[in-house]
Amino acid sequence: MRMNGAQILLESLVREGVEHIYGYPGGVVLPLYDRFPEFPKLHHVLVRHEQGAAHAADGYARASGKVGVCLATSGPGATNLVTGICTAWMDSVPLVALTGNVARNLLGRDGFQEADITGITLPITKHNYLVMKASDIAYTVREAFHIAGTGRKGPVLVDIPKDVFQEEAEFHWPETVSLRGYKPTMQGHAGQIRKAAKLIDEAQRPIIIAGQGVIASGGAPELRAFAEKAGIPVVTTFLGIGGFPQDHALSYGWMGMHGAFYANHATDKADVVIGIGNRFDDRAMGRFADFNPNAQIVHIDIDPAEIGKNFKTAVPIVGDVKTVLGALIEEVEPHTHVEWVRWIDEMRQEHPSFIVPQGSVMSVQYVISQLNEATRGDAVIVTGVGQHQMWTGQFFTFREPRQLITSGGLGTMGFEVPAALGAAMARPDKTVWSICGDAGFQMTSQELATIMDQRVPVKFAIMNNGFLGMVRQWQELFYDNNYVSVDTREALCQPDFVKLAEAYGMKAMRVTAKQDVRAAIDEAMAHPGPVLVDFHVEAEGNVWPMVPAGASLAETLDHPLTAGKFSKGAR
Amino acid sequence: MMTTMHTLVALVEDHPGVLNRVASLFRRRGFNIESITVGKTETDGISRMTLVIDGATTQVEQVEKQLYKLIDVVKVSDITHDGIIARELALIKVRCNNLNRHEIVQLAQIFHAEIVDVTDTTLVVEAVGDEDRLESLLKVLRPYGIREIVRTGRVALARGVGSTSVDAEPAEIRQFHRREGRMPAKPLPFASD
Ligand SMILES: Cc1ncc(C[n+]2csc(CCOP(=O)(O)OP(=O)(O)O)c2C)c(N)n1
Ligand SMILES: [Mg+2]
Repeated sequence: MRMNGAQILLESLVREGVEHIYGYPGGVVLPLYDRFPEFPKLHHVLVRHEQGAAHAADGYARASGKVGVCLATSGPGATNLVTGICTAWMDSVPLVALTGNVARNLLGRDGFQEADITGITLPITKHNYLVMKASDIAYTVREAFHIAGTGRKGPVLVDIPKDVFQEEAEFHWPETVSLRGYKPTMQGHAGQIRKAAKLIDEAQRPIIIAGQGVIASGGAPELRAFAEKAGIPVVTTFLGIGGFPQDHALSYGWMGMHGAFYANHATDKADVVIGIGNRFDDRAMGRFADFNPNAQIVHIDIDPAEIGKNFKTAVPIVGDVKTVLGALIEEVEPHTHVEWVRWIDEMRQEHPSFIVPQGSVMSVQYVISQLNEATRGDAVIVTGVGQHQMWTGQFFTFREPRQLITSGGLGTMGFEVPAALGAAMARPDKTVWSICGDAGFQMTSQELATIMDQRVPVKFAIMNNGFLGMVRQWQELFYDNNYVSVDTREALCQPDFVKLAEAYGMKAMRVTAKQDVRAAIDEAMAHPGPVLVDFHVEAEGNVWPMVPAGASLAETLDHPLTAGKFSKGAR
Repeated sequence: MMTTMHTLVALVEDHPGVLNRVASLFRRRGFNIESITVGKTETDGISRMTLVIDGATTQVEQVEKQLYKLIDVVKVSDITHDGIIARELALIKVRCNNLNRHEIVQLAQIFHAEIVDVTDTTLVVEAVGDEDRLESLLKVLRPYGIREIVRTGRVALARGVGSTSVDAEPAEIRQFHRREGRMPAKPLPFASD
């Protein structure tokens, strides 16, 4: 069938099963927008800033497991996507970003709104394309979705000059994708799996570090079966949260800079560390040089480049986590590491790590515990970046994959508003709470308009401490209380968030007293539409435990209330 | 040859911007390249990059794995220990005069180098060899005064019957790609899923 490039692109998106496209129009994509009405299956969501489009597509992808799609015009539209693309890149989120560019004869001549977006996104995409013929669009889209959504997932950008949208060509939908340079390894090497099983069977103090790869591969059931059979305690990374039920007897929460004291110390005392779909990064592992010198590492990951990147690995297994674990379960012997598990349990009793402050003060810890109770832990939780993000990880009990939507690798403030839009569109069956920082919220609050447009019932809980809280904590602890440019309520202008939400037509409430927290949460959940709750929380609370930057896991600072209690050494 | 130097061969799709992708990767990851050469191969649509990397300053295994992650990179091999034939070509413009011209020509001959241009005051020497041989030649020419040098960087090939190549794309599949936007209905021999 003859079509023009715009139609070919839209038909290709339909073939890929795309539901929502988060986008923003501009000159060079007008030929594309012109054709949208012909494709009623494609739902275009007009965001209010292209960064919002990328984060919304990202939130949609993380919550659904499908590939998210965003769209922007050339030049400033395309560059506004960059933070969102990089956020997805750092967290291996499947995303296809579509951009228009100036007409082919103007490329490279610095014409109006030309930006070399393929050059700009080269280091932050899994792959990108500049499509120079309408006849190349269909298979490029096919390849882009294939690359984004398989192997180690990630963002792919497709840039299309204006006149390519207008050029006519025959539409052919390729049935298969042929890429000789891209063949992700799914099956683990049988010999390596046996070797790993032997090491695991002989281990005295094994521990599993479960990363986001468990969730991405759909391998949570296999992880559970494996941990139960081999009797191995499980800690997750921050992005791995949800890959293993946190209320499971073998769950020891998450490790890392603000992870549990016992999770960090157990990892530091283990004799075999089994990394599954994780990348052993510095925020999780502390100072590389002083990481547990006695641990032998088994590392299962689909990306061969992650293996041996930061640590020497005793048994590497390249492959899809779900598939490899399926095979590994068969190979390992049933086990219970009673003494080792008891050792960690005792440490957890003496160092509970996560303590809700007592008294009349309304702490973030308290509000999040209340959210956990009110939702019974059954909600999709989106966060911004900072203290509230870490406390969300600590005080909400996550049991399922894709329940926590958070920017881990890039740590992008402002993620919380648009990602919540995408997550809510992906999971209409779930309550979606966006736990926001008062500062991060202001970076993308314009997307409240989009949320009103789409009538998605996102509940926003702003953890309004009046500070760039995490930065303030560092200034307090490591820069001698020298607060510089962090006091955003007393010293600087903070908008009235209730009025701001109301200006968009959104229901909003303010909570200033601890005893009103639960009622406000219940009221927000009872309301059928989106709601914003501005919680005026404790201004200067600190997140504990903490591995100071550059310290090792063994140097994890405990919560001040329990610090110094733990005396037992590992055997 | 210094033992820390590794010779990598990357077979890459002959697509626009491939060199940019490789260069960008090296810059971003802080990998040092001693030399890089690119040229066509026996397979249509595939180019061959020969990279020389100092294992003392750069993790060669990471280079290999990161290169392999690029979609346009089809195959990467470290052929350092494969008993390779490594060659580089140099063109050297040397100052000369009537008194020493003959002497320089004789020196060049010892190195199996050729004189490819002569003027009253200069000679251009063309030499092929491994890096050691070229360095020795340069050392003996330097006293005469060198005006300009251009070197290609290393190309290398493993000895013996084996080859570092990819399966050729069958002709009908190549035609499929060429035909506008069309792909084969049957899965390809190297289909990725
Ligand atoms: C876009 C961006 N800019 C700067 C930072 C650095 N940063 C990390 S946390 C933080 C403070 C966040 O404040 P807020 O959103 O109020 O959350 P809180 O820590 O107070 O809970 C800053 C500035 C960042 N992560 N992202
Ligand atoms: Mg704050």
